[in-house]
Amino acid sequence: MGDYNKPLPHPNEISQPFWDAAKRHELQIQRCNACGTHIFYPREACSECLAADLIWIPVSGKGKLYSYTIAQAPTHPAFADDVPYVIAIVELEEGPHITTNLVGCQPDQVTIGMPVVASFEDVNAEMTLVKFRPE
Amino acid sequence: MSIKGKAAISGFAEMPPQKGAGNITPLGIIANMAREAIADAGLEKSDIDGLLTGWALSDYSVLWPSVVADYLQIRPTYFNQVELGGASAAGMVWRAAAAIEAGMCNTVLCVVGDRRARARQMPPFPSIEAEFDAPYGLIAANPGYALIAQRHKYEYDTTAEQMAKVAVDQRKSACQNPSALFGNKEIDIDDVLNSRMIVDPLHLLEIVSPCTGGGAFIVTSTERAKDGPHRPVVLLGAGEAGGHSSITHARSLTTSLVKPAAEAAFHMAGVTPQDMDFVQPYDCYTITVIVTLEDAGFCEKGEGGRFVEDHDLSYAGDFPCNTHGGQLSFGQPGLAGGMSHVIEGARQLMGRGEGRQVKDASIGYVNGNGGIMAEQCSLVLGV
Repeated sequence: MGDYNKPLPHPNEISQPFWDAAKRHELQIQRCNACGTHIFYPREACSECLAADLIWIPVSGKGKLYSYTIAQAPTHPAFADDVPYVIAIVELEEGPHITTNLVGCQPDQVTIGMPVVASFEDVNAEMTLVKFRPE
Repeated sequence: MSIKGKAAISGFAEMPPQKGAGNITPLGIIANMAREAIADAGLEKSDIDGLLTGWALSDYSVLWPSVVADYLQIRPTYFNQVELGGASAAGMVWRAAAAIEAGMCNTVLCVVGDRRARARQMPPFPSIEAEFDAPYGLIAANPGYALIAQRHKYEYDTTAEQMAKVAVDQRKSACQNPSALFGNKEIDIDDVLNSRMIVDPLHLLEIVSPCTGGGAFIVTSTERAKDGPHRPVVLLGAGEAGGHSSITHARSLTTSLVKPAAEAAFHMAGVTPQDMDFVQPYDCYTITVIVTLEDAGFCEKGEGGRFVEDHDLSYAGDFPCNTHGGQLSFGQPGLAGGMSHVIEGARQLMGRGEGRQVKDASIGYVNGNGGIMAEQCSLVLGV
Protein backbone atom coordinates (compact mmCIF):
# COMPACT_ATOMS: atom_id res chain seq x y z
CA MET A 1 0.00 0.00 0.00
CA GLY A 2 3.00 2.29 0.43
CA ASP A 3 3.57 2.62 -3.29
CA TYR A 4 0.12 3.95 -4.19
CA ASN A 5 0.86 6.41 -7.00
CA LYS A 6 -2.56 7.62 -8.18
CA PRO A 7 -3.74 11.15 -7.42
CA LEU A 8 -4.67 11.50 -3.75
CA PRO A 9 -6.88 14.05 -2.03
CA HIS A 10 -5.12 16.79 -0.11
CA PRO A 11 -7.72 17.66 2.51
CA ASN A 12 -7.97 21.14 3.97
CA GLU A 13 -9.50 22.29 7.26
CA ILE A 14 -12.96 22.31 5.74
CA SER A 15 -12.87 18.91 4.05
CA GLN A 16 -10.90 17.01 6.70
CA PRO A 17 -14.01 15.68 8.52
CA PHE A 18 -15.15 13.97 5.30
CA TRP A 19 -11.87 12.08 4.97
CA ASP A 20 -11.65 11.37 8.69
CA ALA A 21 -15.08 9.73 8.47
CA ALA A 22 -14.04 7.78 5.37
CA LYS A 23 -11.08 6.45 7.30
CA ARG A 24 -13.55 5.07 9.84
CA HIS A 25 -15.51 3.62 6.87
CA GLU A 26 -18.37 6.05 7.41
CA LEU A 27 -19.89 8.42 4.90
CA GLN A 28 -20.56 11.89 6.25
CA ILE A 29 -21.67 14.97 4.36
CA GLN A 30 -22.76 18.42 5.45
CA ARG A 31 -26.26 19.73 6.08
CA CYS A 32 -27.33 23.34 6.32
CA ASN A 33 -28.83 24.23 9.69
CA ALA A 34 -30.62 27.19 8.14
CA CYS A 35 -32.39 25.60 5.15
CA GLY A 36 -31.87 21.86 5.60
CA THR A 37 -30.09 21.27 2.28
CA HIS A 38 -27.63 18.39 2.14
CA ILE A 39 -24.29 19.57 0.79
CA PHE A 40 -21.49 17.84 -1.07
CA TYR A 41 -18.57 18.74 -1.65
CA PRO A 42 -17.56 20.23 1.72
CA ARG A 43 -18.00 23.97 1.95
CA GLU A 44 -17.96 26.79 4.46
CA ALA A 45 -21.33 28.12 3.33
CA CYS A 46 -24.52 26.49 2.10
CA SER A 47 -24.71 26.20 -1.68
CA GLU A 48 -28.40 27.09 -1.61
CA CYS A 49 -28.82 29.88 0.96
CA LEU A 50 -25.13 30.76 1.60
CA ALA A 51 -25.66 30.49 5.38
CA ALA A 52 -22.36 29.74 7.12
CA ASP A 53 -24.09 27.24 9.38
CA LEU A 54 -23.24 23.74 8.17
CA ILE A 55 -23.00 20.61 10.30
CA TRP A 56 -21.55 17.19 9.51
CA ILE A 57 -24.00 14.30 9.57
CA PRO A 58 -23.68 10.57 8.89
CA VAL A 59 -25.63 9.45 5.82
CA SER A 60 -26.76 6.02 4.64
CA GLY A 61 -24.12 5.56 1.96
CA LYS A 62 -26.89 4.36 -0.32
CA GLY A 63 -27.66 5.83 -3.69
CA LYS A 64 -28.23 5.20 -7.36
CA LEU A 65 -25.83 5.19 -10.25
CA TYR A 66 -26.50 8.46 -12.09
CA SER A 67 -24.00 8.00 -14.92
CA TYR A 68 -20.76 6.18 -15.63
CA THR A 69 -18.02 5.63 -18.14
CA ILE A 70 -15.81 2.61 -18.59
CA ALA A 71 -12.27 3.88 -19.09
CA GLN A 72 -10.76 1.63 -21.76
CA ALA A 73 -7.71 3.88 -21.89
CA PRO A 74 -6.25 5.35 -18.69
CA THR A 75 -7.52 8.85 -17.89
CA HIS A 76 -4.18 9.45 -16.12
CA PRO A 77 -0.99 7.38 -16.54
CA ALA A 78 -1.17 6.15 -12.94
CA PHE A 79 -4.43 4.33 -13.71
CA ALA A 80 -2.88 2.24 -16.53
CA ASP A 81 -2.99 -1.04 -14.59
CA ASP A 82 -6.66 -0.56 -13.67
CA VAL A 83 -8.05 -0.52 -17.23
CA PRO A 84 -10.92 -1.13 -17.71
CA TYR A 85 -12.29 0.77 -14.69
CA VAL A 86 -15.60 2.46 -14.04
CA ILE A 87 -15.73 6.19 -13.27
CA ALA A 88 -19.17 7.06 -11.96
CA ILE A 89 -21.44 9.70 -10.56
CA VAL A 90 -23.62 8.44 -7.72
CA GLU A 91 -26.76 10.25 -6.60
CA LEU A 92 -26.90 9.82 -2.84
CA GLU A 93 -30.25 9.10 -1.18
CA GLU A 94 -29.95 12.50 0.45
CA GLY A 95 -29.64 14.22 -2.94
CA PRO A 96 -26.06 15.30 -3.61
CA HIS A 97 -23.99 13.80 -6.42
CA ILE A 98 -20.53 12.38 -5.77
CA THR A 99 -17.72 11.29 -8.08
CA THR A 100 -16.53 7.76 -7.46
CA ASN A 101 -15.49 4.42 -8.91
CA LEU A 102 -17.90 1.53 -9.13
CA VAL A 103 -16.23 -1.61 -7.81
CA GLY A 104 -17.31 -5.20 -7.22
CA CYS A 105 -19.08 -5.35 -10.56
CA GLN A 106 -18.06 -6.37 -14.08
CA PRO A 107 -18.07 -3.35 -16.38
CA ASP A 108 -20.64 -4.98 -18.68
CA GLN A 109 -23.03 -5.39 -15.72
CA VAL A 110 -23.18 -1.68 -14.97
CA THR A 111 -26.51 0.07 -15.58
CA ILE A 112 -27.66 3.59 -14.87
CA GLY A 113 -30.12 3.66 -11.99
CA MET A 114 -28.72 0.56 -10.27
CA PRO A 115 -28.78 0.76 -6.45
CA VAL A 116 -25.29 1.16 -5.00
CA VAL A 117 -23.74 1.49 -1.56
CA ALA A 118 -20.53 3.08 -0.33
CA SER A 119 -17.51 0.80 -0.18
CA PHE A 120 -14.40 2.15 1.49
CA GLU A 121 -10.94 1.51 0.12
CA ASP A 122 -7.93 2.11 2.34
CA VAL A 123 -5.39 3.11 -0.27
CA ASN A 124 -2.53 3.83 2.16
CA ALA A 125 -2.01 4.34 5.87
CA GLU A 126 -3.48 7.83 5.80
CA MET A 127 -6.17 7.86 3.14
CA THR A 128 -9.40 6.02 2.44
CA LEU A 129 -11.29 6.64 -0.79
CA VAL A 130 -15.08 6.42 -1.01
CA LYS A 131 -16.01 3.98 -3.75
CA PHE A 132 -19.37 2.35 -4.39
CA ARG A 133 -20.49 -1.20 -5.16
CA PRO A 134 -23.82 -2.71 -6.20
CA GLU A 135 -26.15 -2.92 -3.21
CA MET B 1 -29.25 49.54 -24.11
CA SER B 2 -28.29 46.60 -26.29
CA ILE B 3 -25.15 45.75 -28.21
CA LYS B 4 -27.27 44.31 -31.02
CA GLY B 5 -25.90 45.44 -34.36
CA LYS B 6 -23.38 47.82 -32.83
CA ALA B 7 -20.13 46.01 -33.62
CA ALA B 8 -18.78 43.70 -36.28
CA ILE B 9 -15.94 41.35 -37.07
CA SER B 10 -14.00 43.08 -39.85
CA GLY B 11 -11.10 40.70 -40.42
CA PHE B 12 -9.47 37.53 -39.17
CA ALA B 13 -6.44 35.26 -39.40
CA GLU B 14 -6.02 31.59 -38.69
CA MET B 15 -2.97 29.38 -38.48
CA PRO B 16 -3.38 25.90 -39.94
CA PRO B 17 -3.18 23.51 -36.98
CA GLN B 18 0.02 21.49 -36.67
CA LYS B 19 0.17 18.08 -35.06
CA GLY B 20 3.47 18.52 -33.23
CA ALA B 21 4.55 21.24 -30.83
CA GLY B 22 6.13 23.18 -33.70
CA ASN B 23 9.14 25.44 -33.54
CA ILE B 24 7.17 28.45 -32.34
CA THR B 25 6.02 29.84 -29.00
CA PRO B 26 2.45 30.90 -28.16
CA LEU B 27 3.55 34.53 -28.21
CA GLY B 28 5.12 34.03 -31.63
CA ILE B 29 1.85 32.57 -32.91
CA ILE B 30 -0.06 35.47 -31.35
CA ALA B 31 2.22 38.00 -33.12
CA ASN B 32 1.71 36.26 -36.47
CA MET B 33 -2.05 36.13 -36.00
CA ALA B 34 -2.19 39.78 -34.90
CA ARG B 35 -0.20 40.96 -37.93
CA GLU B 36 -2.33 38.95 -40.36
CA ALA B 37 -5.69 39.85 -38.82
CA ILE B 38 -4.87 43.57 -38.67
CA ALA B 39 -3.86 43.47 -42.35
CA ASP B 40 -6.94 41.41 -43.23
CA ALA B 41 -9.15 44.11 -41.72
CA GLY B 42 -7.28 46.78 -43.73
CA LEU B 43 -5.92 48.38 -40.56
CA GLU B 44 -2.57 49.42 -39.06
CA LYS B 45 -1.25 48.24 -35.71
CA SER B 46 -1.77 51.78 -34.41
CA ASP B 47 -5.52 51.41 -35.00
CA ILE B 48 -5.71 48.73 -32.28
CA ASP B 49 -6.78 50.20 -28.93
CA GLY B 50 -8.41 47.14 -27.39
CA LEU B 51 -7.00 43.69 -26.64
CA LEU B 52 -8.73 40.51 -25.56
CA THR B 53 -6.72 37.36 -25.22
CA GLY B 54 -6.90 34.01 -23.51
CA TRP B 55 -4.35 31.87 -21.76
CA ALA B 56 -2.06 29.47 -23.52
CA LEU B 57 -1.79 26.08 -21.88
CA SER B 58 1.87 25.98 -22.87
CA ASP B 59 2.86 29.43 -21.52
CA TYR B 60 0.69 29.92 -18.49
CA SER B 61 1.22 32.95 -16.30
CA VAL B 62 -0.54 35.67 -14.41
CA LEU B 63 -0.93 39.09 -16.06
CA TRP B 64 -1.12 37.48 -19.48
CA PRO B 65 -2.89 40.41 -21.22
CA SER B 66 0.04 42.66 -20.35
CA VAL B 67 2.50 40.02 -21.52
CA VAL B 68 0.72 40.01 -24.89
CA ALA B 69 0.46 43.82 -25.08
CA ASP B 70 4.18 44.08 -24.32
CA TYR B 71 5.12 41.47 -26.92
CA LEU B 72 3.03 43.19 -29.60
CA GLN B 73 3.94 46.68 -28.35
CA ILE B 74 0.38 47.92 -28.46
CA ARG B 75 -1.16 50.33 -25.96
CA PRO B 76 -4.71 49.26 -25.30
CA THR B 77 -7.20 51.46 -23.47
CA TYR B 78 -9.28 48.34 -22.81
CA PHE B 79 -7.67 44.92 -22.26
CA ASN B 80 -8.34 41.73 -20.46
CA GLN B 81 -8.12 37.97 -20.48
CA VAL B 82 -11.28 36.06 -21.27
CA GLU B 83 -11.10 32.91 -19.17
CA LEU B 84 -14.01 30.77 -20.32
CA GLY B 85 -12.08 27.80 -21.70
CA GLY B 86 -13.38 26.88 -25.12
CA ALA B 87 -16.03 29.60 -24.88
CA SER B 88 -13.37 32.31 -24.57
CA ALA B 89 -13.36 33.31 -28.26
CA ALA B 90 -17.13 33.62 -28.49
CA GLY B 91 -17.03 35.51 -25.19
CA MET B 92 -14.50 37.94 -26.67
CA VAL B 93 -16.89 38.97 -29.44
CA TRP B 94 -19.58 40.42 -27.20
CA ARG B 95 -17.11 41.79 -24.65
CA ALA B 96 -15.37 43.68 -27.44
CA ALA B 97 -18.71 44.96 -28.71
CA ALA B 98 -19.71 46.07 -25.21
CA ALA B 99 -16.41 47.85 -24.62
CA ILE B 100 -16.72 49.67 -27.95
CA GLU B 101 -20.34 50.61 -27.26
CA ALA B 102 -19.31 51.85 -23.80
CA GLY B 103 -16.71 54.13 -25.37
CA MET B 104 -13.69 52.41 -23.85
CA CYS B 105 -12.01 51.73 -27.20
CA ASN B 106 -12.68 51.61 -30.94
CA THR B 107 -11.03 48.51 -32.36
CA VAL B 108 -10.31 45.33 -30.46
CA LEU B 109 -7.79 42.66 -31.38
CA CYS B 110 -9.01 39.27 -30.13
CA VAL B 111 -6.19 36.77 -30.31
CA VAL B 112 -5.10 33.38 -28.98
CA GLY B 113 -2.29 31.00 -29.79
CA ASP B 114 -1.10 27.80 -28.22
CA ARG B 115 1.21 24.93 -28.86
CA ARG B 116 0.38 21.36 -28.15
CA ALA B 117 0.37 21.12 -24.39
CA ARG B 118 2.51 18.68 -22.53
CA ALA B 119 1.04 17.41 -19.31
CA ARG B 120 3.63 19.12 -17.12
CA GLN B 121 2.75 22.50 -18.61
CA MET B 122 -0.93 22.26 -17.82
CA PRO B 123 -2.23 24.88 -15.41
CA PRO B 124 -3.47 23.48 -12.12
CA PHE B 125 -7.07 22.42 -12.11
CA PRO B 126 -9.51 23.51 -9.43
CA SER B 127 -8.65 22.32 -5.94
CA ILE B 128 -12.16 20.94 -5.39
CA GLU B 129 -11.79 18.70 -8.45
CA ALA B 130 -8.25 17.71 -7.48
CA GLU B 131 -9.63 16.54 -4.15
CA PHE B 132 -12.93 14.92 -5.09
CA ASP B 133 -12.70 13.95 -8.80
CA ALA B 134 -9.08 13.20 -9.67
CA PRO B 135 -8.59 10.37 -7.11
CA TYR B 136 -11.25 8.43 -9.02
CA GLY B 137 -9.78 9.13 -12.45
CA LEU B 138 -12.27 11.86 -13.42
CA ILE B 139 -9.48 13.95 -14.91
CA ALA B 140 -9.51 16.37 -17.86
CA ALA B 141 -12.33 16.35 -20.38
CA ASN B 142 -12.64 12.82 -21.82
CA PRO B 143 -14.38 11.04 -18.93
CA GLY B 144 -16.59 14.06 -18.20
CA TYR B 145 -18.07 14.06 -21.68
CA ALA B 146 -18.36 10.27 -21.59
CA LEU B 147 -20.54 10.62 -18.47
CA ILE B 148 -22.75 13.03 -20.44
CA ALA B 149 -22.93 10.73 -23.45
CA GLN B 150 -23.81 7.69 -21.33
CA ARG B 151 -26.61 9.53 -19.57
CA HIS B 152 -27.89 10.93 -22.88
CA LYS B 153 -28.04 7.41 -24.31
CA TYR B 154 -29.93 6.28 -21.21
CA GLU B 155 -32.48 9.11 -21.18
CA TYR B 156 -33.09 9.46 -24.92
CA ASP B 157 -31.96 6.21 -26.57
CA THR B 158 -29.30 8.09 -28.51
CA THR B 159 -27.24 5.56 -30.46
CA ALA B 160 -23.54 5.12 -31.12
CA GLU B 161 -24.26 5.43 -34.85
CA GLN B 162 -26.00 8.78 -34.37
CA MET B 163 -23.08 10.19 -32.39
CA ALA B 164 -20.63 8.85 -34.98
CA LYS B 165 -22.49 10.59 -37.80
CA VAL B 166 -21.48 13.99 -36.42
CA ALA B 167 -17.82 13.12 -36.99
CA VAL B 168 -18.56 11.61 -40.41
CA ASP B 169 -20.48 14.60 -41.79
CA GLN B 170 -18.06 17.16 -40.41
CA ARG B 171 -15.18 15.25 -42.01
CA LYS B 172 -16.81 15.84 -45.41
CA SER B 173 -16.44 19.58 -44.85
CA ALA B 174 -12.90 19.16 -43.51
CA CYS B 175 -11.96 17.57 -46.82
CA GLN B 176 -12.74 20.97 -48.39
CA ASN B 177 -10.60 22.80 -45.82
CA PRO B 178 -6.89 22.82 -46.68
CA SER B 179 -6.09 23.91 -43.10
CA ALA B 180 -7.81 20.95 -41.42
CA LEU B 181 -5.55 18.57 -39.54
CA PHE B 182 -7.65 15.60 -40.69
CA GLY B 183 -8.86 16.78 -44.08
CA ASN B 184 -7.43 14.30 -46.51
CA LYS B 185 -9.78 11.34 -46.19
CA GLU B 186 -13.49 10.94 -45.64
CA ILE B 187 -14.65 8.49 -42.99
CA ASP B 188 -17.81 6.46 -42.48
CA ILE B 189 -19.76 5.41 -39.42
CA ASP B 190 -17.95 2.06 -39.23
CA ASP B 191 -14.60 3.86 -39.20
CA VAL B 192 -15.74 5.78 -36.13
CA LEU B 193 -17.23 2.79 -34.34
CA ASN B 194 -14.20 0.64 -35.15
CA SER B 195 -11.78 3.23 -33.83
CA ARG B 196 -10.41 2.51 -30.36
CA MET B 197 -12.84 2.88 -27.47
CA ILE B 198 -11.28 5.46 -25.13
CA VAL B 199 -13.91 6.23 -22.49
CA ASP B 200 -17.03 4.21 -23.23
CA PRO B 201 -19.15 5.27 -25.12
CA LEU B 202 -16.68 7.66 -26.82
CA HIS B 203 -14.37 6.31 -29.53
CA LEU B 204 -11.10 7.85 -30.65
CA LEU B 205 -12.68 9.50 -33.72
CA GLU B 206 -15.28 11.19 -31.50
CA ILE B 207 -12.60 13.03 -29.52
CA VAL B 208 -10.61 16.13 -30.52
CA SER B 209 -6.89 15.98 -31.07
CA PRO B 210 -4.75 18.58 -29.27
CA CYS B 211 -2.40 20.45 -31.59
CA THR B 212 -0.52 23.70 -32.18
CA GLY B 213 -2.27 26.68 -33.73
CA GLY B 214 -3.78 30.10 -33.28
CA GLY B 215 -6.30 32.59 -34.51
CA ALA B 216 -7.28 36.23 -34.31
CA PHE B 217 -10.14 38.48 -35.31
CA ILE B 218 -10.80 42.20 -35.22
CA VAL B 219 -13.97 43.66 -33.69
CA THR B 220 -14.81 47.28 -34.37
CA SER B 221 -17.95 49.42 -34.62
CA THR B 222 -20.27 48.38 -37.43
CA GLU B 223 -19.87 51.85 -38.92
CA ARG B 224 -16.09 51.68 -38.91
CA ALA B 225 -16.14 48.11 -40.25
CA LYS B 226 -17.89 49.35 -43.39
CA ASP B 227 -14.61 51.07 -44.38
CA GLY B 228 -12.79 47.72 -44.44
CA PRO B 229 -12.17 45.39 -47.35
CA HIS B 230 -14.72 42.77 -46.25
CA ARG B 231 -18.43 42.61 -45.59
CA PRO B 232 -18.78 43.42 -41.87
CA VAL B 233 -19.96 40.41 -39.89
CA VAL B 234 -22.33 42.04 -37.44
CA LEU B 235 -22.95 40.77 -33.91
CA LEU B 236 -26.74 40.48 -33.79
CA GLY B 237 -27.12 38.55 -30.56
CA ALA B 238 -25.10 37.14 -27.70
CA GLY B 239 -25.87 35.10 -24.62
CA GLU B 240 -23.73 33.53 -21.93
CA ALA B 241 -24.32 31.06 -19.13
CA GLY B 242 -22.41 29.27 -16.39
CA GLY B 243 -22.96 27.62 -13.04
CA HIS B 244 -20.87 24.51 -12.46
CA SER B 245 -17.25 23.43 -12.66
CA SER B 246 -17.05 19.67 -12.03
CA ILE B 247 -19.56 17.89 -14.25
CA THR B 248 -20.59 15.86 -11.18
CA HIS B 249 -22.21 19.00 -9.79
CA ALA B 250 -23.92 20.20 -12.98
CA ARG B 251 -27.67 20.54 -12.45
CA SER B 252 -28.21 18.19 -15.38
CA LEU B 253 -25.89 16.09 -17.51
CA THR B 254 -28.14 16.21 -20.54
CA THR B 255 -29.76 19.65 -20.51
CA SER B 256 -26.90 22.09 -20.66
CA LEU B 257 -26.22 25.76 -20.11
CA VAL B 258 -26.41 26.17 -23.89
CA LYS B 259 -30.16 26.56 -23.37
CA PRO B 260 -30.12 29.91 -21.54
CA ALA B 261 -27.13 31.15 -23.57
CA ALA B 262 -28.75 30.42 -26.91
CA GLU B 263 -32.15 31.70 -25.82
CA ALA B 264 -30.56 35.01 -24.86
CA ALA B 265 -28.64 35.24 -28.14
CA PHE B 266 -31.68 34.53 -30.31
CA HIS B 267 -33.82 36.87 -28.19
CA MET B 268 -31.35 39.74 -28.61
CA ALA B 269 -31.13 39.13 -32.34
CA GLY B 270 -34.90 38.81 -32.70
CA VAL B 271 -34.59 35.63 -34.74
CA THR B 272 -35.17 31.91 -34.27
CA PRO B 273 -32.90 28.89 -34.71
CA GLN B 274 -34.84 28.04 -37.86
CA ASP B 275 -33.64 31.32 -39.44
CA MET B 276 -29.98 30.19 -39.40
CA ASP B 277 -28.17 29.40 -42.67
CA PHE B 278 -25.48 27.45 -40.81
CA VAL B 279 -24.33 26.57 -37.30
CA GLN B 280 -20.81 26.40 -35.83
CA PRO B 281 -21.28 24.66 -32.45
CA TYR B 282 -18.26 23.82 -30.31
CA ASP B 283 -17.47 20.16 -30.88
CA CYS B 284 -14.84 18.82 -28.51
CA TYR B 285 -16.76 15.50 -28.76
CA THR B 286 -19.60 14.23 -30.93
CA ILE B 287 -22.01 14.30 -27.99
CA THR B 288 -21.27 18.02 -27.49
CA VAL B 289 -22.83 18.80 -30.88
CA ILE B 290 -25.94 16.72 -30.20
CA VAL B 291 -26.58 18.33 -26.79
CA THR B 292 -25.86 21.81 -28.18
CA LEU B 293 -28.26 21.46 -31.12
CA GLU B 294 -31.02 20.31 -28.76
CA ASP B 295 -30.48 23.01 -26.17
CA ALA B 296 -30.07 25.79 -28.76
CA GLY B 297 -33.50 24.83 -30.11
CA PHE B 298 -32.69 23.29 -33.47
CA CYS B 299 -34.66 20.22 -32.41
CA GLU B 300 -36.59 18.99 -29.38
CA LYS B 301 -34.75 17.84 -26.26
CA GLY B 302 -33.70 14.24 -26.74
CA GLU B 303 -34.13 14.35 -30.51
CA GLY B 304 -30.55 15.39 -31.25
CA GLY B 305 -29.44 11.90 -32.24
CA ARG B 306 -32.31 11.46 -34.65
CA PHE B 307 -31.81 15.04 -35.92
CA VAL B 308 -28.21 14.46 -36.97
CA GLU B 309 -29.24 11.13 -38.47
CA ASP B 310 -31.93 12.81 -40.58
CA HIS B 311 -29.83 15.75 -41.81
CA ASP B 312 -26.69 16.17 -43.88
CA LEU B 313 -24.42 18.28 -41.66
CA SER B 314 -21.79 18.90 -44.34
CA TYR B 315 -21.24 22.34 -45.88
CA ALA B 316 -23.34 21.27 -48.90
CA GLY B 317 -26.04 19.60 -46.83
CA ASP B 318 -29.46 20.73 -45.61
CA PHE B 319 -28.04 21.65 -42.18
CA PRO B 320 -24.48 22.95 -42.54
CA CYS B 321 -22.77 22.35 -39.19
CA ASN B 322 -19.12 23.14 -38.47
CA THR B 323 -18.25 23.83 -42.06
CA HIS B 324 -14.49 23.94 -41.32
CA GLY B 325 -14.73 20.32 -40.25
CA GLY B 326 -15.28 21.12 -36.61
CA GLN B 327 -12.47 20.73 -34.12
CA LEU B 328 -12.94 16.97 -34.49
CA SER B 329 -11.37 17.22 -37.96
CA PHE B 330 -9.78 20.68 -37.87
CA GLY B 331 -7.86 20.05 -34.63
CA GLN B 332 -7.96 21.67 -31.19
CA PRO B 333 -5.12 24.17 -30.80
CA GLY B 334 -5.93 25.17 -27.21
CA LEU B 335 -8.26 28.15 -27.02
CA ALA B 336 -7.83 28.64 -30.77
CA GLY B 337 -10.06 25.59 -31.08
CA GLY B 338 -12.98 27.64 -29.84
CA MET B 339 -11.85 30.53 -32.00
CA SER B 340 -12.10 28.34 -35.09
CA HIS B 341 -15.91 28.34 -34.82
CA VAL B 342 -16.08 32.15 -34.61
CA ILE B 343 -13.67 32.57 -37.51
CA GLU B 344 -15.49 30.02 -39.66
CA GLY B 345 -18.77 31.81 -38.98
CA ALA B 346 -17.21 35.11 -40.08
CA ARG B 347 -15.57 33.46 -43.07
CA GLN B 348 -18.86 32.04 -44.32
CA LEU B 349 -20.70 35.34 -43.85
CA MET B 350 -17.98 37.26 -45.68
CA GLY B 351 -18.36 34.79 -48.54
CA ARG B 352 -14.79 33.55 -48.15
CA GLY B 353 -15.63 29.87 -47.65
CA GLU B 354 -14.13 28.87 -51.02
CA GLY B 355 -14.69 25.14 -51.64
CA ARG B 356 -16.93 24.83 -48.59
CA GLN B 357 -18.93 28.05 -48.95
CA VAL B 358 -22.54 27.73 -47.80
CA LYS B 359 -24.65 29.20 -50.59
CA ASP B 360 -26.21 32.60 -49.80
CA ALA B 361 -25.20 32.47 -46.14
CA SER B 362 -26.36 35.66 -44.43
CA ILE B 363 -26.94 34.64 -40.80
CA GLY B 364 -25.47 31.95 -38.60
CA TYR B 365 -25.19 30.56 -35.07
CA VAL B 366 -21.89 30.11 -33.25
CA ASN B 367 -21.47 28.45 -29.86
CA GLY B 368 -18.46 28.38 -27.59
CA ASN B 369 -18.25 25.79 -24.82
CA GLY B 370 -15.71 25.65 -22.02
CA GLY B 371 -14.79 23.00 -19.49
CA ILE B 372 -17.25 20.15 -19.19
CA MET B 373 -20.22 22.07 -20.61
CA ALA B 374 -19.45 24.61 -17.87
CA GLU B 375 -19.14 27.84 -19.86
CA GLN B 376 -21.46 28.58 -22.76
CA CYS B 377 -21.44 31.58 -25.06
CA SER B 378 -23.82 31.68 -28.02
CA LEU B 379 -23.65 34.23 -30.83
CA VAL B 380 -25.87 35.15 -33.75
CA LEU B 381 -23.80 36.73 -36.52
CA GLY B 382 -25.15 38.21 -39.73
CA VAL B 383 -24.41 40.37 -42.77
